[in-house]
Amino acid sequence: MFGPLTVDPLKSKGDKTGSWRVQYRPHYLHKDCIACRMCLIICPEGCVHGKEKNAFYADYNFCKGCGVCADICPKKDIVMVPEESKGEDK
Amino acid sequence: MKEFLEGSHAIAEIVKACKPGVISAYPITPQTHIVEDLATMVANGELTSQFVNVESEHSAASVVLGASATGVRVYTATSSQGLFYMQEVVFNIAGMRLPVVMTCANRAVSAPINIWNDQQDSISLRDSGWFQIYAEDNQEAVDFHLIAYRLAEDKRVMLPVMVCMDGFILTHGMETVDIPEQDKVKKFLPDYNALYKLDTAHPISMGLLADPNYYMETRFAIQETMQESIGYLADISKKFNTVFGRDYKDFLVEEYQIKDAEKVIVAMGSVCGTIKEVVDEQRAKGKKVGLLRIITYRPFPYARVYEALKDIPKVAVLDKAVSLGAYAPIAVELKAAFYGKKKGPKVISSFVAGLGGRDITLESIHEVFRRLTVKEVNSDFIDLKPELLKEEYGE
Amino acid sequence: MENNPLFKSGHTACAGCGQAIAARLVIEAAGANTIVVNNTGCLEVFSTKYPETAWGVPWIHSLFENSAAVASGVEAALKYLGKKDVTNVIAQGGDGSTGDIGLQALSGMLERGHDILYVCYDNEAYMNTGVQRSGLTPFDTNTSTSPAGAKSSGNLRPKKAVPEICVAHGIPYVATASAGFPMDITRKVKKAISIKGPKYIQIHVPCPLGWRYETNQMLPVAKLAVDTGLYPLFEYENGILAARKQITPKPVEEYLKSQGRFKHLLNNPEEIKKIQEIADNNIKKYGLKVEA
Repeated sequence: MFGPLTVDPLKSKGDKTGSWRVQYRPHYLHKDCIACRMCLIICPEGCVHGKEKNAFYADYNFCKGCGVCADICPKKDIVMVPEESKGEDK
Repeated sequence: MKEFLEGSHAIAEIVKACKPGVISAYPITPQTHIVEDLATMVANGELTSQFVNVESEHSAASVVLGASATGVRVYTATSSQGLFYMQEVVFNIAGMRLPVVMTCANRAVSAPINIWNDQQDSISLRDSGWFQIYAEDNQEAVDFHLIAYRLAEDKRVMLPVMVCMDGFILTHGMETVDIPEQDKVKKFLPDYNALYKLDTAHPISMGLLADPNYYMETRFAIQETMQESIGYLADISKKFNTVFGRDYKDFLVEEYQIKDAEKVIVAMGSVCGTIKEVVDEQRAKGKKVGLLRIITYRPFPYARVYEALKDIPKVAVLDKAVSLGAYAPIAVELKAAFYGKKKGPKVISSFVAGLGGRDITLESIHEVFRRLTVKEVNSDFIDLKPELLKEEYGE
Repeated sequence: MENNPLFKSGHTACAGCGQAIAARLVIEAAGANTIVVNNTGCLEVFSTKYPETAWGVPWIHSLFENSAAVASGVEAALKYLGKKDVTNVIAQGGDGSTGDIGLQALSGMLERGHDILYVCYDNEAYMNTGVQRSGLTPFDTNTSTSPAGAKSSGNLRPKKAVPEICVAHGIPYVATASAGFPMDITRKVKKAISIKGPKYIQIHVPCPLGWRYETNQMLPVAKLAVDTGLYPLFEYENGILAARKQITPKPVEEYLKSQGRFKHLLNNPEEIKKIQEIADNNIKKYGLKVEA
């Protein structure tokens, strides 16, 4: 007989930490992006995805709204907007 | 093959035959000869294990934990202070259900510092979730390591096993021992096939945080497994007898002349050899005495002990350890085995002997039988020297 | 990297956690053929709470102080199985578990020469248990067990030089890095993995909760630590200082102003002077100043 012992990562979905956001979320302007990928690299959650210019986005299911992506973007193409903002996709 | 050799050397031979992939230990008297032998075997190419010379017992246990988690058979050995230093890793290994096999060369614990034999060290870790089996002589010490690996690595079990042998008495005693040949070992002990392991082909996480919603079931499962294993031990013992021709019956206890006994001593380890001699002596004089030797201490074989002693009027439990401030460890188990049951001894008296390596002689055992009367005693120390005791410090 | 993340979203680190950033960069640089051994601490707790795990690689946690020893066992087992050449082993932990309680196990692993990369995530206190001071807490820092008060300006002792201790063990590669320079972390990890033998990388990781700064300030805070000379970035190869990040030194006061844990020093020019001295000594010792 065995109790809870090991976890298969393929079976683990993680917590929906997007619910932690109370103040701000990152809004990707998709205007001046040069696809440097720094937003994707620096995200503590690993929830920023994208490949082409002006096509990067944060997965709001997991984004905690820390704002480091907005701070690192060399083109200031990411702005932190209040969480209640309408018109966000994904 | 029969050889006349020191206990430690015999253990090194059997460990070599079991072919662990990783060996890691830290030197501590009286385990040193075992590990030195293994190092020599590796140095000569007789053993292809990875031999890791660590900087502490805590790390020795951690190394075998990591290696076992990577799916490899492992071995370590320690005693006394070393066992205590690795205590948190010992509990960790059991909690993570890793089939580590360890030799504990039983030695007294500090303070005061004392390198001679008693069983306080392993007994103090009785709650850890490790199987604990106690050898009476060096043949058993050798055989028990084979049984330990077979038991630990059983896919229904996956729990670590501590093989306990009295320090100096067995580790440094010279006896004739039949060292199992490699081909027979191979028949009895299959290669280790891990139920779960660290493998880049199939990644898993091991050792997670378990909050109150998940912790208790892991402990329940170990308790259940230890109970179930009492049955598996009999099967393993049978298989052992088929391959090696030595019969350990149910591998729980050994009954020695208890059939019609009026007084029986319950004990563990090498002292049972001495007790058997006294039993023979007294039986020759017409006294009805016997010995019940505990082989498997964890899980404690309550039902088996009940069966063996339910008709015995007087039982003396001889502990080579003490639970300071309470009844002695094995005595407590004996009392628990009979409480509330229809039958059982009228008297279960508890004696403490041999602490810090104080010699238990034939006379000591005679004294135990003498003190086993209708008046129950608890934690009665045998061979105590009252002249060494003072009421006030500095007297 | 994207389709099969080695460190997944959904873990419960604080928003903006420097350690989460660094841990992700480390495992992505090391790749899927890596086994990770983790000490108890923030990273272990927020990434593996049963039944969830953020780790896409084989991962094990045992105790607070023994990842270096457990990793030694993993490495020995891989050697026995003939798999060590195709599998990386990383042992990791925080500054407390590495430099304090785990220093013995680390020393043993380095001395024995195991082929393991040890990564220390240095957030300069025992963060997981509530911001208590560690041996790597800098001088004059306010922590819960070295609080600033009427009779104290915070932590009384200088930062323990763990990278130098590792250099003294004669290992092939020792480096410091910072979450403020993410590409540098990736470069150093890749370089370390390519070397056989014991390696040590200590990464400065800001902690918004323990250091008290707004979460989106992680980069400026981390960069100031480096740019003041308080956290020198260097690489030692085989005992020789092989490279260091050169800076145009900024005054330490800028760094101290950026976090709440140094707030008590801002009216204390005497203490600021002592900290400036520490920075100046680092600049001299490692030759950090960009030559005019």
